[in-house]
Amino acid sequence: MQIDLRTVSIEPVRKTFDHLARRFGDKPASRYQEGSYDIQAAENLHYRPTWDPDQELYDPNLSRIRMKDWYDLKDPRQFYYSTYTLARSRQQENMEANFAFVEARGLQDMLPVDLKETALNLLVPLRHAAWGANQNNALVCGYGFGVVFTQPCMYHAMDNLGISQYLSRIGLLLGGTEALEQGKDTWMNDSAWQSLRRYVEDTMVIRDPFEVFVAQNVVLDGLLYPIVYERLVDTYLASQGGQAVAMLTQFMTNWFTESKKWTTGVLKVAAAESPENAQVLAEWINLWSDRAVSALLPIVNTVVDERVDEMVSEELDAFRARIAKTGVPL
Amino acid sequence: MDTPVNKKKLSLKEKYSYLTRDLAWEPSYQSKEDLFPYATYEGIKVHDWEKWEDPFRLTMDAYWKYQAEKERKFYAIIDAFAQNNGHLKITDARYLSALKIFLQAISPGEYAAHKGFARAGREFPGVGPQVACQMQAIDEIRHAQTQIHAMSNYNKFYSGFHAFADQRDRIWYTSVARSFFDDAMSAGPFEFMIAIGFSFEYVLTNLLFVPFMSGAAYNGDMSTVTFGFSAQSDEARHMTLGLECIKFMLEQDPANVPIVQKWIDKWFWRGFRVLGLVSTMMDYMLPKRVMSWREAWNIYGEENGGALFNDLARYGIRPPKGWADAGEAVDHMSHQFMLALYQWNFGTAFHTWIPSDEDMEWLSKKYPDTFDKYYRPRWEHIKKMDEAGTPFNNFGLAKLCQTCQLPTVFTEPGDPSTLCHRETEYKGETYQFCSDHCCDIFNEEPEKYIQAWLPMPALFQDPLNGDLEAWMKWVSLENGSDNGDYQGSHDQTSFQKWRAMTTSN
Repeated sequence: MQIDLRTVSIEPVRKTFDHLARRFGDKPASRYQEGSYDIQAAENLHYRPTWDPDQELYDPNLSRIRMKDWYDLKDPRQFYYSTYTLARSRQQENMEANFAFVEARGLQDMLPVDLKETALNLLVPLRHAAWGANQNNALVCGYGFGVVFTQPCMYHAMDNLGISQYLSRIGLLLGGTEALEQGKDTWMNDSAWQSLRRYVEDTMVIRDPFEVFVAQNVVLDGLLYPIVYERLVDTYLASQGGQAVAMLTQFMTNWFTESKKWTTGVLKVAAAESPENAQVLAEWINLWSDRAVSALLPIVNTVVDERVDEMVSEELDAFRARIAKTGVPL
Repeated sequence: MDTPVNKKKLSLKEKYSYLTRDLAWEPSYQSKEDLFPYATYEGIKVHDWEKWEDPFRLTMDAYWKYQAEKERKFYAIIDAFAQNNGHLKITDARYLSALKIFLQAISPGEYAAHKGFARAGREFPGVGPQVACQMQAIDEIRHAQTQIHAMSNYNKFYSGFHAFADQRDRIWYTSVARSFFDDAMSAGPFEFMIAIGFSFEYVLTNLLFVPFMSGAAYNGDMSTVTFGFSAQSDEARHMTLGLECIKFMLEQDPANVPIVQKWIDKWFWRGFRVLGLVSTMMDYMLPKRVMSWREAWNIYGEENGGALFNDLARYGIRPPKGWADAGEAVDHMSHQFMLALYQWNFGTAFHTWIPSDEDMEWLSKKYPDTFDKYYRPRWEHIKKMDEAGTPFNNFGLAKLCQTCQLPTVFTEPGDPSTLCHRETEYKGETYQFCSDHCCDIFNEEPEKYIQAWLPMPALFQDPLNGDLEAWMKWVSLENGSDNGDYQGSHDQTSFQKWRAMTTSN
């Protein structure tokens, strides 16, 4: 059954904005298109930055990656502010329910002592790594070129901040402020964590926005999230009675699954643009994944004693297989 | 089972501190200078970033929740607006000129602010301001997008909206706002915060954002006013950030005071010139007026701004140098600028018109000392020419101010019958200015301002070489439809026709 309301219908005189008609044809544009394409100033920029007069205010040449059109690097999730916040708001509702579930039943106090200790030692220092990720994504958004490439980086930066806040809350719930202090000490001084901290600090001085994107979002997150959240928390800790911990990191697991669609999508288009791009990407990925693997190994070793090399190299293989599909010649 | 951890109850402030500034660490593999390379070159001294007081405490989970709530409402309303021919509920299609200016000149500024705050959110070596700036960065892209979405439906029915992205970069009057934001973004992170965070968001928001959104409310524009309401709480956050920023800089070191003062002087005047566009909207373009530009200035400029600078006096800050001249110019600027827009309306992607007798009555009441004396006669003259079938157009080249990029149509302080021109020579070239303040701004940083792209000279250079038709094509201006007088325009005839369709049989 169908009912039809009648409305006064007025024929529009035009379907969309000129710049969108040029890109997508003369048809109504989506809100993602309206909110993303060509909204960055493109010509007749007035002044060069006083902080670096060699740069343009919006400068595609800060990167070794070259694109004929940076607007090719679109986000397969088609996130603009509205769709992004709606998605995250649903996820945070779940997380609130998860925290409430754990707290109401006192599950945090029922965790075996050494398991709780293990979880704290693993997760709390990572809040600092997530802050580093926030810094890196803010940089890519700030200095990257083209809205479709840079706007998801701002969303990603805020996600990184959100993740560091969830990790802090886990620390507070399981071990109070002492756990956060302990975690920071581990991050600063524990030898098992120093390669990772060095990785993060070294990426924070890179000023090629695309290299930062690769070193942080593609490589480090691409290895750290599956190893830490899928392997160690969801599989290993959960099997030892730590299911409650897995509930509290659900955001991270889902977030990684969702956001790797974006990062691999971007990689694929950038690599397909030219053999030179593909070569630069391969060089970066090889360099940074070697470092990421050696940074993650000692951390995994603090959680499990056996099959550490095997587990990490399995994840590395899976990572390389995923990258290979994007057309980057590793 | 473990004994429960003895958790002391954290205050909100302590908790927020753990969730933000405690995330950072003292780097040891790289130097702070390499991590934050732009933090010192402006000369602002910061001794202790821990002294930063968070202007608001918003964790990401709360941010997502509140913002998503607002987004849902906003899009529900603009969808209903589009579905129900909401555009026919506006007072009159003349109102759309204000919206067109907004979309072409101001919305791109929201995007620039997004980008600038993302940079500031990375460059400050303190987590407190970084997090606050990042939240503003994501808010600003929200504003750019929701504005485009709110106005997108008008574009389907009316002229002047369709090429906002091209006109942002090419048409002459948008370079007033564009150069303002480019100027702020090409400054260092501290000056950026005084320019956008403080001067624009705090001192001038009430003179820009509020008039536009109130204008929308008064004129039945459900779509834009919904954006306004939806952005209100974001704007409130941005204002507190701007104020905290300036206080933080002033409290950190007395040597910061003169630097900040210089920036306040500059950015107040830069902002005041951008407001020239707002003044014409308030006094001339709204069919249903909210208040006069003079009245708005009295409340939001004199009163609020006066109170603010009284408050800042304890740090040794005085009101901006151009404050008194601005107060005087308020009685003239909307008239001078609207007359200019009218005579160059072949080159604007919005309509202007000769004020009606009723409009002139209103203007004369609101500007008793200036309108009848200086501006009514000019409008009457223009009206006579129009009635004689020889409408007044000035195809001559307007001199643009090298700093603010407005045509030099303003008069001398204290002498409304003499046009104000200033010139300066730098490295053998002569540069033109609309005022002493713009000239001073240039002289502080000539190497910056000589780079300014001036849209009028561009018309006379290669490849356009003065070819007006080619210029219109280049700025994506549809001659006879986007530009010119409102009387007889497509907007006027379509609006009347459509409105009749929905109100009669």
